[in-house]
Amino acid sequence: MSGQSEQSEHSEAPERRTTTPSSTGQHPEARDRPNGRRSSQGIRVDPHAEATHEPRRTTISALVRHEPGVLAEVSGLVSRRQFNIESLTVGSTTNPETARITLVIEEPEPGVRQVERQLAKLRPVISVGELDGDAVRRELVVLKVHGDRPGDVQAVTEMYDGTTLDAGPRTITVEITGDEQTIDDAIDAFRQFGIRELARTGHTALARGETWTTPDEQERYEELRGSERAPASENRANANGERKRPVSEDGDTGSKERLATDGGENDALATRPDESGDGGEDADTTTDHRRYL
Amino acid sequence: MSERTSTTTTHRYRERTDPQTTAESTTESATESAETTETDDGPTSDTPTTGAQAAVAALEAAGVEHVFGVQGGAIMPVYDALYDADPDHVTMAHEQGAVHAADAYGQVTGRPGVCMATSGPGATNLVTGIADANMDSDPLVALTGQVPTAFVGNDAFQETDTVGVTRPITKTNFFAGDTDTVGATVGDAIALAGEGRPGPTLVDLPKDVTTGETSAEPTPTTETEEEPPAADADAVARAVRALTDADQPLILSGGGVTKGEASEELQAFATEFGIPVTTTMPGIGTFPEDHDLSLSWAGMHGTGYANMAISHTDCMLAVGTRFDDRLTGGIETFAPDATVVHVDIDPAEISKNVHADHPLVGDAGTVLEQLHDAMGDAFEESGLTGDAYDSWRTTCTDWKTEYPLTYDTPEDEPLKPQFVVEATDELTPDDTLVTTGVGQHQMWAAQFWTYTEPRTYISSHGLGTMGYGLPAAIGAKVAAPDREVVCFDGDGSFLMTMQELAVAVRENLDVTVVVLNNEAIGMVRQWQDAFFEGRRMASEYGWVPDFAALAEAFGAKGFTLREYDETAETLREAIDYDGPSVVDAHIDPTENVYPMVPSGGDNCQFALSEDQL
Repeated sequence: MSGQSEQSEHSEAPERRTTTPSSTGQHPEARDRPNGRRSSQGIRVDPHAEATHEPRRTTISALVRHEPGVLAEVSGLVSRRQFNIESLTVGSTTNPETARITLVIEEPEPGVRQVERQLAKLRPVISVGELDGDAVRRELVVLKVHGDRPGDVQAVTEMYDGTTLDAGPRTITVEITGDEQTIDDAIDAFRQFGIRELARTGHTALARGETWTTPDEQERYEELRGSERAPASENRANANGERKRPVSEDGDTGSKERLATDGGENDALATRPDESGDGGEDADTTTDHRRYL
Repeated sequence: MSERTSTTTTHRYRERTDPQTTAESTTESATESAETTETDDGPTSDTPTTGAQAAVAALEAAGVEHVFGVQGGAIMPVYDALYDADPDHVTMAHEQGAVHAADAYGQVTGRPGVCMATSGPGATNLVTGIADANMDSDPLVALTGQVPTAFVGNDAFQETDTVGVTRPITKTNFFAGDTDTVGATVGDAIALAGEGRPGPTLVDLPKDVTTGETSAEPTPTTETEEEPPAADADAVARAVRALTDADQPLILSGGGVTKGEASEELQAFATEFGIPVTTTMPGIGTFPEDHDLSLSWAGMHGTGYANMAISHTDCMLAVGTRFDDRLTGGIETFAPDATVVHVDIDPAEISKNVHADHPLVGDAGTVLEQLHDAMGDAFEESGLTGDAYDSWRTTCTDWKTEYPLTYDTPEDEPLKPQFVVEATDELTPDDTLVTTGVGQHQMWAAQFWTYTEPRTYISSHGLGTMGYGLPAAIGAKVAAPDREVVCFDGDGSFLMTMQELAVAVRENLDVTVVVLNNEAIGMVRQWQDAFFEGRRMASEYGWVPDFAALAEAFGAKGFTLREYDETAETLREAIDYDGPSVVDAHIDPTENVYPMVPSGGDNCQFALSEDQL
């Protein structure tokens, strides 16, 4: 820059001001305030409709890539986002490349959706879904009790359709399988013998009947069998880049609507591939939301 | 019924499609495409032979032009491969400088910035910057060296579980344990960093993998041919109904509008229907702040009129924002009367902090176009015109008059920082890139500079990383060598990464650092005065170095500024200096940042001075 233009360039600099910040504007307390409120979950409080959600217990299933670090990734996510988790189980599937993780969580509705959506963002996670109320759930407990009354132990074990795994002069180890309530009851029943140790596996579960446990499983199943493409497009991501359980259009993700969706899906599944209409119209905008981590 | 193959990642042979290369010489590109065809037949001299070469070939294939990094034992093979490769390397003083520079490079260009460091301390020094990129969804790729796989887990020299350490702060990360797939992994890391909601990715490269011979074919390139995702049409229709039903609609433009290059669509929508716009801090520049409809930015230190509008709107169209607490204040009082239309590419952001009445999951620009079309139809059908929201706009304009951003310049008080920011703005072109550290100076730089273009306010938003400014200025200048780059820094922030001045001098990067020097961690001091009964514990330095002399010692140009009447001249000299310069601006140490919505407070209850808190 040459020096001659200095004078004119000086004028580009702003003029000094004289107003003081506090000299303008109303005091905070004098300002108009809106009447509404939101709940701590960020939901507008509507006096005519209860907008807050109570925590509920539910089961989330995730089909994941069977690779190192995947459990750390899932458990790390749960802990750093402070999701309230009751149990987490992981096990291999028939496909050596995948494993299934089953989480039991207790969260209000927005929290349940967060668990699902955050899980879906993890790269090793293939598909995530919340299980319906009628899903089949099982848990296993291995109990070791004192061996003083082998006959009584045997009787209680039989009552719970359990199996004796090991019996010695001092200890008897049995296995009981059932839903959570059964396991709780069995543990209570065995207390009379004195429980030395026990180990519970936590919940594992599958969707009932023809429903697929997570949204993308049907397609993977068909692919792996090398058969024709899956008929039900609802199982794929929709135009919103989401999977089976999207944020519903009115923003409500209530379970009533989910059940309705599931019903529709079951119908589609019942249809033969060549007969089904197939919602192919959204195929072009279909996106794999794993790509939008 | 179309095939859905387009949704899968397709791998193909490396092909140069760089428009610049094509533009340079058509014959050359013809020759190159012929060469590309040849590679199909078998290995050529271009074929990578080591894992490191495969990794670097992946950088080249992705069009990476610059890498910021620091050398070290375990990363040496990758550096060796870079010796003959296309990307230019900028050697930084500290790994934190490398990662911030790469982050800013990504913020300016929209393409992933790449940084490199060795194992152990090299990798852990990147952590702050990776976390920063993760919070701000900045596209970033970190390549870290690692001890040989046989040593992993044995606490070897300079070993850290880098993948474990960075897992919660990356979009995804990889341990590249296989020489044959390392190139593809690096390619995936670059692609994943940039697509959808951007973010940081990391590839950990064990030394035996980078030195090992690979039988892999030439580096695959990840293609992203898909259409950007659009929102459900019915949901768009419902959102438009909410907007047309509203009397006081407000657009909240977030960083997602920047990332999604949706600024034009946003401006078209807002101006067509006459809806006022406020931005978040990362959304600064997505809507020109000198426009009548602009309410500048909202949040803790945002403008009073933006915060008033947030509190009083009855329908908020929020685009690409995660409703950070610095924006919302207390969630209970955030836009409490508003129906919220939330546009975001990440479904996990829907109803995470603020419940979305109308969630529209998709690409910001695409969804805004959908909304524009549907809204146009709705206006036509219902006979609404551009003055539909007239009285609301008047209300907003009144708030602008009532609560302007302003400051005082009494004769007997030292130089005010706001004046320095305004003066610098006046002296520089509109497309100047502003970088900042974190603290009071960052807020003044956001408040008193008028941003008219996206990607011009380059800052550390979500993580609030002091020391971000100078390395970011270096990254920004490397990304845009023809643009003016100004770094506003505080004396506290500057002292955290000022060693990078050595890099700016070495690379002769023409950046201007303006240190708003109040000899304190001013924001902390401001809070201590307001909320800790003025007990100024560890916030006032009492003494700071002579930054002008320090700059000269580095070989940069140093200036000291104390007076109003020398401000313009000093700043102009510094800006015009052909090389890095530092202006040590001694500002009024008692000056504080207002307006302020206290933490967890109500947006419209912003304080204009300390006695209102």
